[in-house]
Amino acid sequence: MAEIHNYTLNFGPQHPAAHGVLRLILEIDGEVIKRADPHIGLLHRGTEKLAESKPYNHSIGYMDRLDYVSMMCNEHAFVMAIEKMLEIEVPQRAQYIRVMFDEITRILNHLMWLGTHGLDVGAMSIFLYAFREREKLIDCYEAVSGSRMHATYYRPGGVYRDLPDKMPQYLESDFRTNKELAQMNKNRQGSLLDFIADFTEEFPKSIQQYDDLLTDNRIWKQRLVNIGIVTAKRAKQLGFTGPMLRGSGVAWDLRKKQPYSVYNQLDFDIPVGVTGDSYDRYLVRMEEMRQSNRIIKQCVAWLKDNPGEVMSDDHKVAPPSRVAMKDDMESLIHHFKLFTEGYCLPKGEVYCAIEHPKGEFGIYLISDGANKPYRVKIRAPGFAHLAAMDEMTKGHMLSDVVTIIGTQDIVFGEIDR
Amino acid sequence: MADLKTQLMAEFGKQNLLDAFGELSLNVDSADIVKTCLKLRDSFFFDTLIDLCGVDYLAYGQSDWDADASSSGFSRGREIQSDENTHEQRFAVVYQLLSVSKNQRLRVKAYVDEAQPIIQSVTNVWKSANWYEREAFDLFGILFENHTDLRRILTDYGFKGHPLRKDFPLIGEVEMRYDEDLARVVYEPVSIEPNISVPRVIRK
Repeated sequence: MAEIHNYTLNFGPQHPAAHGVLRLILEIDGEVIKRADPHIGLLHRGTEKLAESKPYNHSIGYMDRLDYVSMMCNEHAFVMAIEKMLEIEVPQRAQYIRVMFDEITRILNHLMWLGTHGLDVGAMSIFLYAFREREKLIDCYEAVSGSRMHATYYRPGGVYRDLPDKMPQYLESDFRTNKELAQMNKNRQGSLLDFIADFTEEFPKSIQQYDDLLTDNRIWKQRLVNIGIVTAKRAKQLGFTGPMLRGSGVAWDLRKKQPYSVYNQLDFDIPVGVTGDSYDRYLVRMEEMRQSNRIIKQCVAWLKDNPGEVMSDDHKVAPPSRVAMKDDMESLIHHFKLFTEGYCLPKGEVYCAIEHPKGEFGIYLISDGANKPYRVKIRAPGFAHLAAMDEMTKGHMLSDVVTIIGTQDIVFGEIDR
Repeated sequence: MADLKTQLMAEFGKQNLLDAFGELSLNVDSADIVKTCLKLRDSFFFDTLIDLCGVDYLAYGQSDWDADASSSGFSRGREIQSDENTHEQRFAVVYQLLSVSKNQRLRVKAYVDEAQPIIQSVTNVWKSANWYEREAFDLFGILFENHTDLRRILTDYGFKGHPLRKDFPLIGEVEMRYDEDLARVVYEPVSIEPNISVPRVIRK
């Protein structure tokens, strides 16, 4: 009888550890991975094609739906590309709001990653703790945009509206006593900024909790240390960016190296790893959350002291105020033209990248002078990371595949587009 | 960036280098793509291929405003339809390069012919080109010579056509439903009509 060496195993597309709709064809010898062939595209919605058929502002909502755990960062790259072509000034306050929400988004993303990564390798409780904190930040999203996920808050020229003065509160209910209610609403008495300030005070304690749970945890280290090692040289070859590149010891962060918005006015550090294994990437992301918290603190302080406009007054791009429209013909025309036709971009092409929680998220925009983009290419960080799946898993055990999917922090909304 | 610009000009000729919106763009003959990329990687230190994508210039500079639409639809305020497609060939492959060591960016563009959209693969220059080239093949039908694994990547198994081409309709060509009599999924031509809610317009 012939001896069978390798066999193929189908992993996904409906697998709880696949982080969405990933289908992996694994060629296995015993339990050792010989080859991994990811099949993607099961969530392909043709975002780029759809964006080509719509005026620019209509596509901001699609950006939220790309990487659906870091919504506002996606929007940021898109609106920045438009602003770069139109050469419009964004008010300082709007820039600080954007940076603050970018960092809130980074924490949201990393908490999601931490929870699911923990869940994948067998740590149940971390998932629940991570979601406890996420809830507060999602509330910030809701307070500012009215939506808990797909905010569509950033607009070319600024942000949709200023931060609210009041934080929404929990209502009375048969399921909670008045004492509990008062406790729940305790940090919601002031404005959104007060709520966020309160969060930044509490959050370091939460990170400390995660740290206590995981960092020296024997099982956690057994599952992560020396798994999926990528050297700095290979990481660049493979097009890695973000924590995946920093985990390999390359101090590359667009917020520092090619600063956009107001990052050059803020004080923060870039953590880097040493060995380039999953454990280092875990440490890098944990530290990034602390640094994000630091940035948010600085933004809150600035925003409290500096009220002002949050939207450009270029009414070719940004709508005029409702009040002005009542008795000003010019405003009325601007409003009508903006909402029926949109605005035209000059001819040309730009590539605009931001430091997304997952890596470099870029928008390559080609305009032929029309009110719709001629071509939009979305550079998703996860796409390059997942492409390296084969190289990263080769020679590892089957159980390590799950760790590597987790450490790559992949989300199919952005990979499949 | 000024340094890089002068160096690139000296190497590749002034007429091939474009500087717009603070970004450098280099036009390359598609036959020399691998040679150029190797040079950019080794002498100009572009160690990372950030992105690679296809572009279809078929409908460049065309607007939806129909000349005699006054009887049928959107009509007034029509601008003269510009026909300024200056792109000599229909397809282009665009490479976004990043130098992590020098902190520089460069865009490289190579036009490919419509009849034979073939270009050499750069997978041996940057490993990350592998999936990007598969994507450009899938969405535009651009063929990459010497690519070891040129399969579709984003579209469905058994998909026909290249969806990001400008002559591929936005609503697609087939729709899918479950047929109870045949007890399987069947594909049929689309039953919906294309619809433009906001016309494409080019204003000067």
